[in-house]
Amino acid sequence: MTAPEKPAYRVIGTRPVRPDGIDKVTGRAVYGADVRLPGMLRGIVLRSPHAHANIRGIDASRALALPGVKAVITGADLVPPGKTLADVPDLASNLMATTKVYYRGQAVAAVAATSEEIARQAARLIEVDYEVLPAVLDVREAMLPAAPILHAGLRTRGGDPNTQTNIIAHHVMAVGDAEAAMAGADIVTVEGEFKTSMVHQGYIEPHASTATWNPDGQITIWTSTQGSFPARQNTSAVLGHPISKIKVIPTEIGGGFGGKIAIYLEPVAALLARKSGKPVKVQMDRADVFEATGPTPGTSIRAKLGATKDGRIVAAIADMAYETGGYPIATPANYATMVAFSCYDIENLKMDGWDVVVNKPRTQDYRAPSSPAAAFAIEQLVDELSEKLGIDPLALRLKNSAREGTRGPMGMPYRRIGHEECVQAALDSDHYRSPLEGANKGRGVASGFWFNVGLRSSVSVTVQPDGTVSLIEGSTDIGGTRASLAMQLAETIGVAYEDVKPTVVDTDSVGYNDVTAGSRVTFGTGMAVVEAGKNLIKEMSGRLAGAWSVPPEEITFNAGTFSAGDKSMTFKQAAEATVGRGPGLTVSGSVNAGFLQGGGFAHHIVDVEVDPETGKVQVLRYTTVQDAGTAVHPAYVEGQMQGGAAQGIGWALNEEYYYDDNGRMANSTYLDYRIPTTLDVPMIDTIIVEVPNPLHPYGVRGVGEPGIVPPLAAIANAVYRATGVRQHQLPMSPRRILETTDAMKA
Amino acid sequence: MTDKLHIQTTINGEEVEFLAAPGQSLLAALRDDLGLTGSKEGCNNGNCGACNVILDGALVNACCVLAPEVNGKQLVTIEGVADGANLHPLQQAFLEHAALQCGICTPGFIVAAKALLEAEPNADEDRIRHWLAGNLCRCTGYDKIVRAVLDGADRMRAATAAS
Repeated sequence: MTAPEKPAYRVIGTRPVRPDGIDKVTGRAVYGADVRLPGMLRGIVLRSPHAHANIRGIDASRALALPGVKAVITGADLVPPGKTLADVPDLASNLMATTKVYYRGQAVAAVAATSEEIARQAARLIEVDYEVLPAVLDVREAMLPAAPILHAGLRTRGGDPNTQTNIIAHHVMAVGDAEAAMAGADIVTVEGEFKTSMVHQGYIEPHASTATWNPDGQITIWTSTQGSFPARQNTSAVLGHPISKIKVIPTEIGGGFGGKIAIYLEPVAALLARKSGKPVKVQMDRADVFEATGPTPGTSIRAKLGATKDGRIVAAIADMAYETGGYPIATPANYATMVAFSCYDIENLKMDGWDVVVNKPRTQDYRAPSSPAAAFAIEQLVDELSEKLGIDPLALRLKNSAREGTRGPMGMPYRRIGHEECVQAALDSDHYRSPLEGANKGRGVASGFWFNVGLRSSVSVTVQPDGTVSLIEGSTDIGGTRASLAMQLAETIGVAYEDVKPTVVDTDSVGYNDVTAGSRVTFGTGMAVVEAGKNLIKEMSGRLAGAWSVPPEEITFNAGTFSAGDKSMTFKQAAEATVGRGPGLTVSGSVNAGFLQGGGFAHHIVDVEVDPETGKVQVLRYTTVQDAGTAVHPAYVEGQMQGGAAQGIGWALNEEYYYDDNGRMANSTYLDYRIPTTLDVPMIDTIIVEVPNPLHPYGVRGVGEPGIVPPLAAIANAVYRATGVRQHQLPMSPRRILETTDAMKA
Repeated sequence: MTDKLHIQTTINGEEVEFLAAPGQSLLAALRDDLGLTGSKEGCNNGNCGACNVILDGALVNACCVLAPEVNGKQLVTIEGVADGANLHPLQQAFLEHAALQCGICTPGFIVAAKALLEAEPNADEDRIRHWLAGNLCRCTGYDKIVRAVLDGADRMRAATAAS
């Protein structure tokens, strides 16, 4: 179980300053809302005040009459000529409703005017005639036959074609016979029902897009997005406009965590630009971000575990319902059935997953989507089991851990993974070995899993005459990936990190790149970078072969030096000799690294103190352990681990979409939707485990997501140790802690 | 059209004149009219600190100050933190500690930390955490930010001692 020895790297594993750092500490970096074009108008989106309503009509005449107003669009403008909404129904109407709104905050119209103030004033003058309908807000209630129906035409996939429903899909996953195994003699069982509320990714930068639409049909869009190429594709689909006539220029992006994968403002800005004939910038305010983008689902999970008395978990059953918001697009429960038991080797499994529409914003991925809510349930049950069996919670996890060869979440056996190493590192940590003393304090642990997707990436590399190289990439950089990619190229071609100049470019200037998501950029785009580096060495060897009059296959490249016989040149000398005097040299590297590749595991330890008078839970100490495969830039790996933990702490203790009975979110500000501050989290200790990923040339695993999975359960387990009360619902706010602990006392 | 007010102020050491509507926020004036987009809008209601600027020595949220209020005052924004080509010690510390991921909150944190450390050069971790509780970061979990500010404080004290 010892991690394999790591090869000696020259650049990988160091901690250089990121290439875009100076722009970001001086305020020079241009984010979505910072774009300014000559003659630019400002756009404002009018949003539904109702959670569920039919739109009987929209009258924009008073808005259009206001001086300074240059264009108004409604959902009707989103339907391309010759097409019907049936071609792109849900994607388009989520951007701008046509006949019905499914959640409060849904866009119904937009205005472009010479100032933001005039646009705002005009939006207030647009009259929308709504027929308000009853709303359903709870996932289990929405599954009942009597629930208000959102989409008259929705049928459960594979279900009764005649029954209207809010259930999009019922996913079933079964291995062995979990019910029979659970009923076996001498089997110890634990079970419970757990609920989590809808939460938001909470990125600090609101969405912003700016567009021009030239008379020749060429559209240019500057936008803050996790994926410029998917943004181009989706904009093309809803506008019925060819991708060759759409250029997406990604700005710097102020956080995403899954929430900036979907498009919202891009086609709106483009249509306003077409109608007005001028550049238009549209940006959201914070309430728009909460109410009208893509938070992550609230859930209801019922689960049961069965184990032998010596601690072998032999059966697991889970019934997991996930909200998808107002539209039947996302399938979060499908992910849940893949990830719920991924940390363990369990012979008999039975899982039911339900994707259900409710009158809330269309949900989107949020860092390790579906996994934290599932872990909140399962990792508490594992904790309960450890207590019932009298086995240390980490020892129980080690005993049941998934390892190489265990059936993985897709049914295929895992390749080399590092869950055992993470749990062992937690057992050996100073934190776990230090006693926690004092009243009202408790320590909790939990494991977590997330995939590491590969997907498609493409980069190009140009050699400059002075021996430096330009790395052209299309993966937007949210957390330091310019650095982690430049480091992999420097490692491959034997130059200094400082000699690689990475630039993130627009959709016309590099091959296709999928989104910056799924922990994939350092892994998947990294593979494209390594391939481009190898292609570059090959090309340069070919050129040197001509200059040295030797066959190309006689030229070797090792530790940054080309050599053949008694001739040798460093990369820099070779660049000067070839590109300095000959034609330019650009190569590319393109990969499709597959969908769900490799496995990322984490384990967290947390100490809390619960104030018995106020119910406030304070995090006293926090340690995260995570398998990074190979940590390319350890400081940014730690940053992902710490950031995931902090988001999980917020999810566990404070964050929730708080709705009134009419489906109005009552806390759509940062004051009331309280994300963690410097006072809510301690220093977060990190232990990086490195079990190289066999799928990547340098052993890299994606590290972005696993860190948010364990905290919900780890904190709940700690609260249990502190109070003796199990927490079945998030957030564990002071109110809920007081209610649950008082109920125990009474 | 509302009657605009003629505002004279000093921004990052330069005298600046502009016209402001009576109800316009300082943040809107900086970003939309003066081209100083380093101050970011995260919430527009004083909860996130991304638009922190220093007004006559006091740390404020530019979104909660009216533009006409800066008449005759001294303003420092993120664009004025570096000394020409030399980064401020806090900026250097943020870079070396990898204290930013997406970077949108970074200008606010640096301006806020500068305001604290100029008034209280010996601020400890507890004081720094209390001071920075008005600045939200969603990426880092604050660990590396707090370490960068502690290191920046060391560097600022060393620079003061050397001068």
